[in-house]
Amino acid sequence: MLDLLKPPVLTIQEFVFLTGRAFRSISRRPHYPKDVILQMDIIGVGSLPIVLLTGFFSGIVMALQMSKALQTYGAVNQTGPIVAITLVRELGPVLTALVCAGRNSAGIASELGSMKVTEQIDAMRALGTDPIQKLVKPRVIAAAVMLPCLTAISDFVGMLGGYIIATALLHQTTAEYWNASYRILEYSDITQGLVKPFVYAFIISLVGCFYGLRTRGGTQGVGLATTQAVVAASVWIFVLNALMTKIFVSI
Amino acid sequence: MPESILRFENVTVAFDGNPAIEELSFEIFKGEARIIVGASGSGKTVILKTALGLLRPDSGRVFLFGEDITGRKEQQLFDIRARAGMLFQEGALFDSLTIEENVAYPLVNQKMVKCPPGEVRPRVERALSFVELGHTLDKFPSELSGGMRRRVGIARANITQPDLVLYDSPTAGLDPITANNIMSLIVKERDLRHATTIIVTQRFQDGQIMAQYRYNPDTDFLERVQGQTEGIGFLVMKEGRLVFEGSAKQLREATDPYISKFVLRH
Ligand SMILES: Nc1ncnc2c1ncn2[C@@H]1O[C@H](COP(=O)(O)OP(=O)(O)O)[C@@H](O)[C@H]1O
Ligand SMILES: [Mg+2]
Repeated sequence: MLDLLKPPVLTIQEFVFLTGRAFRSISRRPHYPKDVILQMDIIGVGSLPIVLLTGFFSGIVMALQMSKALQTYGAVNQTGPIVAITLVRELGPVLTALVCAGRNSAGIASELGSMKVTEQIDAMRALGTDPIQKLVKPRVIAAAVMLPCLTAISDFVGMLGGYIIATALLHQTTAEYWNASYRILEYSDITQGLVKPFVYAFIISLVGCFYGLRTRGGTQGVGLATTQAVVAASVWIFVLNALMTKIFVSI
Repeated sequence: MPESILRFENVTVAFDGNPAIEELSFEIFKGEARIIVGASGSGKTVILKTALGLLRPDSGRVFLFGEDITGRKEQQLFDIRARAGMLFQEGALFDSLTIEENVAYPLVNQKMVKCPPGEVRPRVERALSFVELGHTLDKFPSELSGGMRRRVGIARANITQPDLVLYDSPTAGLDPITANNIMSLIVKERDLRHATTIIVTQRFQDGQIMAQYRYNPDTDFLERVQGQTEGIGFLVMKEGRLVFEGSAKQLREATDPYISKFVLRH
């Protein structure tokens, strides 16, 4: 039993160790601003199309499903608020994070993994740069900045999707839909909706870097690292989401 | 007493409990050369990486330039690493950087190396024309052949004029002509600066070229020299253990089948 538990515990310990080094590196020089900008472009701008698509269509689907359910209570006009709340509190952050885990954790893990197996990481260390500083830090900062932005955008296009359904199929007016949605949202919802992606950003970037940097055994190892990164990041996003939701619901 | 450049004292490096090198001890002094041979997986790359503190020994001590680097933190290793250059097995050029940026990397990133920004490009150009790749500055590593990448790696390893240069399998996987070109570049780099050199190789001739040739800067050719092989030692590795240490002559006379295999192969 103890032998079964040892590998995962060791992995988590290594991950915590990497996280510690990454956080300590944030204030330490050098800063490599060019790499931060480049990563913001890759993680933020690069993920935008897929985030827009998933956000928009989940808004549409939610509006369709909710209106049907609400019809039985004669409360179809509540569709807007329900879509808004669900998106801002839960679906926006989680869907955006999952899409970014699939795209960016995988991208980071395969990029750093290829660098690892071709000894570029060792070369970097031999030539005077700390990979944590040069590779991990820019990715963590870029993700932490971009993920809340992406989530906000996703929330908005989701509500837009809901709006299209509400006006086209449910015969609501523009003012009705947006007023109701706007009134229902509280500051705590917005806070929750932005704290969550901020936390997921660390999972997405750090898990990608972690599996990338511990890649072993050639090209095959890169594939394995990529898969592991996506799976681990997704699982941790769900676990942390449950935990954070519990906390936000209690306060 | 010559200055000690690198010393291993009973060094063991293991991965998941399997030792890659075991109880390894050797020492190399200023201006000398070592040729490390051994079958694939015998721990040659691990020796070079351990020498620079890229891998940590599980036991034993490593002294680089007379300083004990054994338990040092990463941040405290950068200054001493800047005094050494390394060519990695496949070159390990940074894919995302141009050839110029690759060769300039140690000049720009090593704090110990004081190179004024205006000096960087001329030095890179000089280093690249030395390896006969002056025309490739704006290319990316993926656009070069294996032999060319190896030469860029040699330029990058030597650009800061390091006191110690490590070459990991510089001729592996190359045709004999390209391999000999690479070896003559390495001899040139060694003799121009009297750098201490360690080479890992599968080819015994590489060691012979190291031992029997000198670069003559006046004629720009390599010249064969006789009987000047002191300071050039061979190490034979087998499954992580050092099984032979001595001169080319002693290596030729060795009777152990594993050891003599590296002499008779060609
Ligand atoms: N990063 C690593 N992780 C696990 N095992 C490794 C690692 N590096 C080397 N090894 C193992 O150590 C042994 C020696 O490897 P290496 O020094 O690369 O051999 P070579 O003499 O061919 O250069 C091999 O068995 C290899 O599998
Ligand atoms: Mg090797």
